[in-house]
Amino acid sequence: MVYQRINSNRKIKMSFLELQNITKIYPNGTKAVNETSLNIDNGEFVVFVGPSGCGKSTLLRMIAGLEDITNGEISLDGNVINNIDPSERDVAMVFQNYALYPHMSVFNNMAYGLKNRGISKEEINNKVNDVAKLLEIDQLLTRKPSMLSGGQRQRVAMGRAIVRNPKIFLFDEPLSNLDAKLRNQMRLEIKRLQRQMGVTSIFVTHDQTEAMTLGDRIVVINNGVVEQVGTPKEIYSKPNTKFVAEFIGSPQMNLFNCKIENGIAHIADMRINLNNSANIDDASLGIRPDDILISDNGQHTCVANLVEYLGSDMIIYSKIGDQEFSCKLSSKINLNAGDTFKFDISNTLVHLFDNTNGSRV
Amino acid sequence: MKKVQFKSNYSQYFFLAPQLLILLIFLYWPIIQTFKDAFTMQDAFGFGSQFAGFDNFLFIFSDPSYFTAFKFTIIYSFVITVITGSIGLLLAVQANKVMHGKSAYKTLLIWPYAIAPAVVGVMANYFFSERYGLLHHLFNNLWGFNWYENVFDAYIYVIIAGSWKQISANFIFFLAGLQAIQKTVIEASIIDCKSNIRRFWTITFPLLMPTTFFLIIINITYAFFDTFGIIDTTTIGAPGSETKTLVYKAYIDGFKGLDLGSAGAQSIMMMIIVLVITIFQFRYIEGKIHYN
Repeated sequence: MVYQRINSNRKIKMSFLELQNITKIYPNGTKAVNETSLNIDNGEFVVFVGPSGCGKSTLLRMIAGLEDITNGEISLDGNVINNIDPSERDVAMVFQNYALYPHMSVFNNMAYGLKNRGISKEEINNKVNDVAKLLEIDQLLTRKPSMLSGGQRQRVAMGRAIVRNPKIFLFDEPLSNLDAKLRNQMRLEIKRLQRQMGVTSIFVTHDQTEAMTLGDRIVVINNGVVEQVGTPKEIYSKPNTKFVAEFIGSPQMNLFNCKIENGIAHIADMRINLNNSANIDDASLGIRPDDILISDNGQHTCVANLVEYLGSDMIIYSKIGDQEFSCKLSSKINLNAGDTFKFDISNTLVHLFDNTNGSRV
Repeated sequence: MKKVQFKSNYSQYFFLAPQLLILLIFLYWPIIQTFKDAFTMQDAFGFGSQFAGFDNFLFIFSDPSYFTAFKFTIIYSFVITVITGSIGLLLAVQANKVMHGKSAYKTLLIWPYAIAPAVVGVMANYFFSERYGLLHHLFNNLWGFNWYENVFDAYIYVIIAGSWKQISANFIFFLAGLQAIQKTVIEASIIDCKSNIRRFWTITFPLLMPTTFFLIIINITYAFFDTFGIIDTTTIGAPGSETKTLVYKAYIDGFKGLDLGSAGAQSIMMMIIVLVITIFQFRYIEGKIHYN
């Protein structure tokens, strides 16, 4: 099979892709990426996630060579690639709108990059056919892209990247044009293929579900700056900054503005003992909606202003003082809008951030 | 919504009348007249005419100067199509690459399109004037340029005069065509192919095919019909009748030679040519060369 051949000629080596102090400033003065450094290991699946316009796509495009690097150095497999032509970087990219060549058949779309590298016809035939079988598009090889469905186009775009046998796959929001069902299906498939082939991959998305499910590691980017790098679990359970805390997790983490005196958080008239000796005037106390423990003998009491029923779960919106918060709980509990409920906040489940710089305390 | 109901049955004709009158007077009546002319023989002073059947057609087909004009028109439209298409494409590709002052280049390259053919002809006249013409002087030094006597030189004259303005039209459409190509498709090809030239011929050019075919038709029609003013202000068909287009010949024969029968027959031949081009356009181009 094709993926075995791909695997055999790769030596395992640490820090396969290295970004050193990468900065991108556009001619109009916009700073899209600021002093970003990152190491990616061979075979790793890394997801760049962040809100739109945060610079994640720019970073990917700089790795691909589609965007000039204002400052810094990118090296792939030990070689600096800053000034290497995109076609010779040994990278393959899958675009958001697939970017298939509309005038070429599926076969030619996949073969185009190989033809330009002077690979023999027979070898091209073999490679394209192998990959087409792998992606189950071998029935479509003679069709033009306009005759394919969105999911099929996506597969062809993937196939075009795979036949190149690149050192690294770059995915630029490849799933965002698909409908929800197909998106989940393709997501699993991308993950499966990446595991099978073991090719280093970078996946750009603004969708946190994609980020959490796909990535071995997640890079959270905001305003051109890396906020946090870590495994999905690390990012979720120990967000480094307030931004990451708010960005990852659905429903969003509750963040209460509060004052910490001798390890005790003051939120309106609620007191939470943090079991430390912190003193912060302007802090944010974060707690995930599903970490709020509702029980009949809870310490705190609130009124459910609004209840959202989601099937297995429900979300309750309430207020402490004038600060809104939500909690997520099993919908088996009988609670309606207007009811009061009792809950506890465990100091082992809270996240504390200093509001002056947004970093975790 | 309430439909407006008119009591009179005639009001719709009243509102249509201005448009219909224009069509009748400037389109249908001349067509009818042309058919009448083509099938009758008239004396030069217009005193009398008689039905002539296909005599006028037989006459133009036996007239060598008709075939000279036919040959010239074919060569002329072919060369103009190739020259304006390729230069227009080259300029569009270059202008599309420019980062700074893009709109300035665009404006400058589009300007000639707004100039009337007759004015273009007059300007070309200056360039090819025997006494002070820049291009006349240049070509004369190179190979003894003399368009009064040399057919090839006369071709060069009318081709340059006829191409200049049409390059702008080609430029506009090619530029629009280039900008309509998805940016990511080009980016994907940058990753797939190193050579700029190869990328152009394998990706960009095929994707411009709809524009190219459209422009071929536009250029042919231009060279056939819209170059009247250019011929009339430059060579006037000289040397001999070597640079008369079919339109120009029909005009000369009809209004200068006062042979309305022959001019009518020639017009009908042109009508047939237009018909063929149009059918070709609808059959093979409108339907086939769109990818999405």
